[in-house]
Amino acid sequence: MANHSKAKTGKLAGLAALVVLIVVAAWGLRQTGSDGALVGEGDDYPDKPLSLTVAYGPGGATDLQARIAVEPAAEVLGQPIKVVNRPGAGGRVGWNWAVDSGGRDGYELIAYNLPHMIAQWTHEPSLSYNADNVVPVANWGADPAVLVVGKDSPFQTVADVVDYARAHPGELSVSGAGLYTGHHVAALQFQRAADVDINFLPAEQGGVQALQFVIGGQVQAGFNNLSDSWRNRDSLKILAVADTERSEFLPDVPTFQEAGVEVDDLSTNLRGVAVVKGVPEPHVERLAEKLPEVFRLEQVQTKLKNTGSGSLVLGLRETRELFERKTRAIKALLAQDDAP
Amino acid sequence: MEWFAHLAVVFEPLNLLILLLGVTGGLVLGAIPGVSPTLSVALLVPFTFHMAPTTGLILIGAVYASSIAGGAVSAILINVPGAPANIATTFDGHEMARQGRASEAMQYAFTSTLVGGVAGMLILIFLAPLFVDYVLRFGPAEMFWVAIVGITIMASLGTGSLLKGLFGGALGIWISTIGISPATGQSRFVFTHYLDGGIHIVVALIAFFAIPQVFRLLESRATVASQAVVSQASRLTTVVRNALGHRLAMGLGTLVGAIVGIIPGAGGQVASIIGYDQVRKLSRDNATFGHGDPRGVVASESANSAMVGPSLIPLLGLGVPGSPTCAVLLGGLLIHGIFPGPKLFETSGGVIWPFLGALLLAQVLIFFVGLQLSRLGHLVTRVSPAHLAAGILVLSVIGTYSIQNNLGDVYVMAGLGVLMYLGIKGGFQPAPVVLGVILGPIAEENFQMGRTLAGPSGSVLDYFTSGDIVQVLMALAVISLAYGMLAPIWRARRRPATSVGAGL
Repeated sequence: MANHSKAKTGKLAGLAALVVLIVVAAWGLRQTGSDGALVGEGDDYPDKPLSLTVAYGPGGATDLQARIAVEPAAEVLGQPIKVVNRPGAGGRVGWNWAVDSGGRDGYELIAYNLPHMIAQWTHEPSLSYNADNVVPVANWGADPAVLVVGKDSPFQTVADVVDYARAHPGELSVSGAGLYTGHHVAALQFQRAADVDINFLPAEQGGVQALQFVIGGQVQAGFNNLSDSWRNRDSLKILAVADTERSEFLPDVPTFQEAGVEVDDLSTNLRGVAVVKGVPEPHVERLAEKLPEVFRLEQVQTKLKNTGSGSLVLGLRETRELFERKTRAIKALLAQDDAP
Repeated sequence: MEWFAHLAVVFEPLNLLILLLGVTGGLVLGAIPGVSPTLSVALLVPFTFHMAPTTGLILIGAVYASSIAGGAVSAILINVPGAPANIATTFDGHEMARQGRASEAMQYAFTSTLVGGVAGMLILIFLAPLFVDYVLRFGPAEMFWVAIVGITIMASLGTGSLLKGLFGGALGIWISTIGISPATGQSRFVFTHYLDGGIHIVVALIAFFAIPQVFRLLESRATVASQAVVSQASRLTTVVRNALGHRLAMGLGTLVGAIVGIIPGAGGQVASIIGYDQVRKLSRDNATFGHGDPRGVVASESANSAMVGPSLIPLLGLGVPGSPTCAVLLGGLLIHGIFPGPKLFETSGGVIWPFLGALLLAQVLIFFVGLQLSRLGHLVTRVSPAHLAAGILVLSVIGTYSIQNNLGDVYVMAGLGVLMYLGIKGGFQPAPVVLGVILGPIAEENFQMGRTLAGPSGSVLDYFTSGDIVQVLMALAVISLAYGMLAPIWRARRRPATSVGAGL
């Protein structure tokens, strides 16, 4: 009997110890997460390593490009930039975290994806991040959307696709990487410009799955990244580029505008670095001066090209203009029909 | 025979050294709960930036293959699968460890890895072109039924009761619905922002296996095994002969692993569970499964290793990564200027063959390094329970945090872990719940997409019931379900007197 109650106390003690351990361990992690709230005004910024929050998982296109882009940062900036992945809910987890809990001392950077990020905050005002608290700093990459169909598809031109969509309202199945992504924006613009109604399928697993559905014939067409489509050009037909001029990768493929459909470059997937509002202005300016230098390094440019993505290096002013222009255009697009 | 010359590049001294380091490191990483193959490879890719393409890819290949095998170590020794692919290894592997046969279980696991892994790689190297078109036929309808077949297995999984298995599975599916949908932005059951991103499968894995194990150790105040049985199988020939003796388990596990591996999106997470389930159903005297039967370890580990090669078929043949790990591998290939796709072997043969050679040779090295590890295996089962519990707890917290650098995940892990511990007291098993967490999203996402695709033109029912692959999968689901329901009745008829208690 005595033995039994002894065992029970032991059990309770063990449980208590466990809870204490978890709390202590968690607290320790929290401490390391938000150290360095000191704002070092002056010339010595940055005097310690910086972090770049990527709101997608390790190994994805955004993560890979971010790692390539900031890898040699120490050579130019004097301090390295470490990539930290905070994936989840299509970027919402990482970007929310950055605005809610991230530091504002200039040592915590965010990797952005346009127009995805802007379309999200325009459509979902409940998100923490928005045009007022995300401060763009520099841009490194641009990947336009393209219209693709399967290799054996009867469609040869954009006009074929438009004709079919007109004759079969709501039936043409078109895949893309989720709602409010660049692909979805392109699809909305296409519907508007060609005055057709299509059946847009947001692929739950993102752009690669959307492309797989086009190759496998599960959908009739798709909007996808130029980079991924170009890599898979042997299994696809690329009908048009959603850009204002032709791509150097695909000199024979017309733009939508050339094909007679008024779709511009609003959907182009842009990637770069931003900070949260509140970072001292001199720090932002120093970053905006140095980061484009890092992105222009030959080693960065070569590796980015290997991933098949176009490079577009922009500084502070141009990136801000880009954000403002995209924000206005997305707002106009989504306001007209707040689709699905 | 050009490829053979390329393959031989692996044997150059530097590459061989890299391969050995990769295999050893991968085994250790894989054995840490929370550090899944996906995470191991993702962490590694940036390190290969500065390496020559061949060397970088050899390292990536070695770590990919060995981290899957490494997951068996923790599954056997501490009942915590290193990754979802090792869940089924816990069923019999840890039971063997408790009986003092930890080293023997690990020997079985690594021999199965060798057989399954090599077979899978040979399928990739010689038969990949046959399957490439087949892979493309898996659309939303097919994937939906793959998930349903997996769900039917939940009922018969583990040693607990049928009803509790199903309930646990349903609970797992519910858990998988928590979070904000990445594709549409809808949020479900998000009552705290810690749940915004949903519950990551590896967080659930640690919570459901590691935390209850910590409680169990503290509660019983006993080491995993009361005494170690000195393994008779320490000689190489004996080890191999013992493992190969289980021909059905080895063959069927390998076959199932290879088939499931090819299917894009299913991945190795379910290959070992399906392999284990099939072997158990088709084996004679299957009452010992779940009570330390070596055939269980053989089935699970041969299946998850056989999955490695075929899982690369969609990636290398089409440029379409079939699993999260393959998506990370794609990044690793691209960075070295290699574009997977139909023309891969023409354009990049000089790099891709050494990569495949590394994967093949890695399976052999895993076997030998693994056998050395096996000798030490029994030591862990003799560590004092307090120390072992503390060790597991520390690894759990670190592993959980490292998945996505999210402190919320640690809280969620701790909370779910305590609930699972209470659930186990009530006769529930963790495996069906985890299976629910894995399969729920596959079923749901593909159902949603299928509904959108079927929407305007035809009926949803037609969409989900037409196509030959779909009909085969539907038949499999019915057979599996019927077996799950009828088998206990047959068993009861055959042996009316003995009633086996419901496990723990």
